[in-house]
Amino acid sequence: MWRDAVLVCAKDLRIELRARVLLWQVLPFGVLSLVLFALALGPSLVALRHGAPGMLWLALLLATVLAAGRSAQIESPEGTRASVRLLGLDPGGVFLGKALALFVELAVLTAVLAVGLLVGFHVDGVRLALTAPLCACAVAALAAVGTLYGAVVAGTDVAGTLLPLLVLPALAPVLIAGERGTAAVLQGGGPGRWAVVLGVMAVVYVAVGVVLYGPLEEPS
Amino acid sequence: MTAVVRAVDRFLGPVSLALVVLTVWLGLWVTPPDELQGDLVRLIYLHPALAWVALYLAFGLAAVCSALYLWPRTRAERWDLLAASTVEVGVVFLSLTLATGMLWGRPAWGVWWTWDARLTSTALLEILFIGYLAMRRVPADPHTRARRCAVLALLATLDVPIVHFSVQWWNGLHQGATLGSGLTFHIHGSMLWTLLLSFVAFTCVFAWMVRRRYQIAVRDAARELDELAAALTARRAEGVR
Repeated sequence: MWRDAVLVCAKDLRIELRARVLLWQVLPFGVLSLVLFALALGPSLVALRHGAPGMLWLALLLATVLAAGRSAQIESPEGTRASVRLLGLDPGGVFLGKALALFVELAVLTAVLAVGLLVGFHVDGVRLALTAPLCACAVAALAAVGTLYGAVVAGTDVAGTLLPLLVLPALAPVLIAGERGTAAVLQGGGPGRWAVVLGVMAVVYVAVGVVLYGPLEEPS
Repeated sequence: MTAVVRAVDRFLGPVSLALVVLTVWLGLWVTPPDELQGDLVRLIYLHPALAWVALYLAFGLAAVCSALYLWPRTRAERWDLLAASTVEVGVVFLSLTLATGMLWGRPAWGVWWTWDARLTSTALLEILFIGYLAMRRVPADPHTRARRCAVLALLATLDVPIVHFSVQWWNGLHQGATLGSGLTFHIHGSMLWTLLLSFVAFTCVFAWMVRRRYQIAVRDAARELDELAAALTARRAEGVR
């Protein structure tokens, strides 16, 4: 399973490096979301600093929908899923590989958004760096959920409209825990139980994904 | 069809209706008003029973049926149709749960809605299962659709324990268990019996609605197959010409 996961992850990242959808579409969308949120909050330094953690996670959630849709789209051309099945890869491994590739992409996106937060929302850079472990847990949960829901809608004509409806409510707990944990760290405390909540979410969603990905990839 | 199923089909509807009428009569005219909440307490004969049916019966049953569908040894179309029927009825009951909660919240808390953990997680659960129902309406091969929906139902059900324990975990505005824990009850007398009756009444209503919806789903599935067969026959006839 792990070997298959590494193969699939490398394949997805290689495709991403060639197509550069993350660079030219997902990253600009994430930054644009931050800019729009800042415009909505107004120029008040207090309001911007207060709203910064929520804005970060909201921008990341919205960008996750795009990235997850893109990740599932890689296998959407006619016959691609059947070809992947014929390779005899372990479905759990395929899920882990795709989730790992999405994790890497979302981690890059988080780093870029953190810079945006530093510049546009005037948060403390050292404190922001301390949220890295919390962000890693949250991004792992986002990647697992995004990969699983992406596979659910893959190949349907309405994937673009259905994916946000399905994935955003499932990601809402990550938004809540991520925002609370980040806010606590930025205010000088520790992430406390929110880091544990996010860690548990990541483990549960990865485990559920490994189990449930197989039935999703079965032939009709 | 066995005699038992025929009897259930025949009497479940009238029995459910009679139980609901009895609950309404006891709840509105027989039970006393609460010392602190007055007549507002009468919503207790609706809200907890509706929540019990939606959260535990409907979505629990949907999760079990979905797991049975995904398990290769037990895979059968009936599990998919039963899961779809229970989710549809469950969403109706959950909407009523939220509505009756809001009716109670306005006079008790001063607002129709507050971002309390129990309320928020319940609203998210409702949206998750609305997503399930949206997925069911996406045109697809029946087996592919069934697999996808089964996965969605299992994922959505992960929110049910969060809803259940949200009151303990976050200590929000929403009160704890009304009945109490184990056999220790927080309410007594006619109020207790009416509350217990409401659970039985709405469980019967749920069973009746799911039974009816399942029958419609079975007929729909058969009609889809008939239409497909007719379309194939027509296509073959075109080819002959």
